[in-house]
Amino acid sequence: MLPGRYLATLALFALGAMAVPAHAATIQIVMENLVISPAEASAKVGDTIEWVNKDVLAHTATAKNGDFDVTIAPKKTVKSVLTKAGTIDYYCRYHPNMKAVLKIAP
Amino acid sequence: MFVRLSIAVAALSVLSGAALAQGAKLTDPQIAHIAYTAGVIDINAAKQAEAKGSNKEVKAFAKDMARDHEAVNKQALDLVKKLKVTPEDNDTSKALSKQAADKLAELGKLKGAAYDKAYIDNEVAYHKTVNTALETQLIPSASNPELKSLLQTGLKIFQGHQQHAEHVAASLK
Repeated sequence: MLPGRYLATLALFALGAMAVPAHAATIQIVMENLVISPAEASAKVGDTIEWVNKDVLAHTATAKNGDFDVTIAPKKTVKSVLTKAGTIDYYCRYHPNMKAVLKIAP
Repeated sequence: MFVRLSIAVAALSVLSGAALAQGAKLTDPQIAHIAYTAGVIDINAAKQAEAKGSNKEVKAFAKDMARDHEAVNKQALDLVKKLKVTPEDNDTSKALSKQAADKLAELGKLKGAAYDKAYIDNEVAYHKTVNTALETQLIPSASNPELKSLLQTGLKIFQGHQQHAEHVAASLK
């Protein structure tokens, strides 16, 4: 009974490790004074984007094609994992003059 | 369209007319008062829209306006406190407030889809007017670099609001 459960736990760990590939990176994208930088970022599926909002206003990172829609409260950081490849134009729904591109390789 | 345009033109002429009538350049305390007043006006309009609006997008937009303008005005208050500047009431602020009170009363008589459309159209026109005033008068007249920089950020925010309002207005058609 116990060894069985132990093995199952080990298997779960292994599965977890497989789900997060070793090469996954964290990429920071900063919103400050209504400017998104970098204006063009490159990443891979499985990478984590760290959205840093330095403004006193809430912002969103909203993909034009609907692939993602992240809301970042004032002075907060939100992390999201990329699940789909593509060249994504995104903008802030609250301030649509804030625009940038995220290139996500498979 | 014609009505909206004439409102915008009237607002603009009130804004620039009153300011220019003074003959002199606006002072920082006056500029701070005008910018703060402009924010309060949009917060009041947003509160009315949150209560009276019927369209989901219009109500969400109003909530965004109240939140953003409250955040910007808080920043403005913090800055004037830090700079030891006392905002000074002036003809432009007075004209803006008077015109906004009239508009609020006018919108208050409308209901349903007619209200939604009138509110959002006014938001487009109002942000356009304020953005023009910021670009052509308030930013160039500001002496203190921190005040100037806050106004420049404000301009970017309000340009964003204008585009946002235009999107919502287009979705109502």
